[in-house]
Amino acid sequence: MILVKDNRCDFCGTCVAVCPVDAIELREADISIIHDTCIDCDICIWVCPIDVLSSDDKKEEVKHD
Amino acid sequence: MTDFDVIVVGGGPSGSMAAEAAVKGGAKTLLLEKDRDIGYPVRCGEGVGASGLKQFIEPDPQWIAATISKVRMRSPDNTKVDFGMKDAGYILHRRLFDYALANRAGQAGVEIQTRAYVDGLIVEDDAVKGVKYQYMGENKELTAKIVIAADGVESRVGRMARMRTATKLRDMDSGYQVTVGNVDIDQEMIDFFVGSNWAPGGYLWIFPKGNGMANIGLGVNGAFSKDFNAHDLTHKFLNEHFPKASILTSVCGGIPIAKTLKTITKNGIMLTGDAARMVNPVTGGGIITGMVGGRIAGEVAAAALQTGDLTPHGFKDYPARWQKAEGKTHDGLHRVANAIFDITDDKLNKMAHRLAKIPPDELSLMKIFTAVARQKPSILIDVTRAFAGV
Ligand SMILES: Cc1cc2nc3c(=O)[nH]c(=O)nc-3n(C[C@H](O)[C@H](O)[C@H](O)COP(=O)(O)OP(=O)(O)OC[C@H]3O[C@@H](n4cnc5c(N)ncnc54)[C@H](O)[C@@H]3O)c2cc1C
Ligand code: SF4
Ligand code: SF4
Repeated sequence: MILVKDNRCDFCGTCVAVCPVDAIELREADISIIHDTCIDCDICIWVCPIDVLSSDDKKEEVKHD
Repeated sequence: MTDFDVIVVGGGPSGSMAAEAAVKGGAKTLLLEKDRDIGYPVRCGEGVGASGLKQFIEPDPQWIAATISKVRMRSPDNTKVDFGMKDAGYILHRRLFDYALANRAGQAGVEIQTRAYVDGLIVEDDAVKGVKYQYMGENKELTAKIVIAADGVESRVGRMARMRTATKLRDMDSGYQVTVGNVDIDQEMIDFFVGSNWAPGGYLWIFPKGNGMANIGLGVNGAFSKDFNAHDLTHKFLNEHFPKASILTSVCGGIPIAKTLKTITKNGIMLTGDAARMVNPVTGGGIITGMVGGRIAGEVAAAALQTGDLTPHGFKDYPARWQKAEGKTHDGLHRVANAIFDITDDKLNKMAHRLAKIPPDELSLMKIFTAVARQKPSILIDVTRAFAGV
């Protein structure tokens, strides 16, 4: 699952532009991930210029164990 | 009856030009902008070529921050290659420039609404018939014969019409920029750093902004963005080169260095500017090209309203005229961008060593050609040409 770090996003839309499934909702000062649509490809994490996004994959793996 | 003939989404340079052209062609036109301010925040290095700009508007000292006559390019080992520009360049105050364009559109008769976030389209019989938007916490709808999506890099409005606008990671530069004061730079020179140390797959720029200020920013190509972060590299550069700089603004942003989208029209809708991927794939410049696209879109929209054919067939002059104006060139430059991508730091250094020996005023494109004849000359010429026009 993609996580958004609090109070860090600059709302520039770069992640939105590369998301292959349009799973990122962006307003003037509000960003949210549509988790049902997201396919966890992680490219939004990489392309973000200021490192706002992260993945909690590891936590999920722990849960499955 | 529809509420408007044309609704333009997005109040950047492309949207303002589209709206102005539509209204001048006789269309009742509305422009919707999600932010509370037209022109702010500025996610842009703000560099434009003089002749490109003058096609649209006379330069006004109010929004010209600096006038550029010299270009410097630096290789990874910091070898400087200087050359003059045939065409002057400007660094804009985009906050005021975007305002001026929107104001001019307003004076021509465009209605403008800020804080209006378009979050859906009205679609009937596979044709776009208007927009859904939020204004001050309320959901609203307005009908239109044509929607022009000029909503910038995110390009979600196109997706709402089921058009493919998602950009490949390789075709996106991850950008970060600071506007700084207290820097001692040549206010007539734009300064580029290429190579993998500062901007893997992209470049770093220093653009003067007048009064001892500058825009300093860089773009890391998406393909490298997993390992290199634009924010961190920018700050590392500042620490090394301008430790005393005061940071007045910092922004991030994506630069879609892609080819223009294959499909930029659909029933009742046209995409333009960054939303249609109209940025120069080598330089990342998209202000003027977005205005070119916007104006054509607005003119073609107005003409289509006369014929009543609001399908891609009725809009066909738009992609055709865009291809002729810039699109075809961009397709070529996209190939150039791919080729530059493969040039190693070592090769860049070698090219720069040869070029640096030539005095700047003698450094013509022909000289560059001879100097790097054994490298990839055609590419270098295209690059130089692209930059010298900014
Ligand atoms: C770091 C950086 C540096 C750059 N440097 C340069 C440079 O030096 N020279 C150059 O020529 N180009 C440069 N560019 C590119 C240039 O900024 C863009 O190409 C240009 O702004 C595109 O204009 P536009 O009108 O298409 O989009 P924009 O200027 O992005 O305008 C789009 C507008 O649409 C609004 N919007 C978005 N979604 C919605 C919605 N759903 N509803 C309502 N409104 C919406 C946005 O708020 C925005 O105001 C740079 C880009 C970046 C990121
Ligand atoms: S992980 Fe991939 S699919 Fe999910 S929001 Fe990010 S870019 Fe979109
Ligand atoms: S790319 Fe980063 S800063 Fe920009 S909108 Fe996405 S999360 Fe926010």
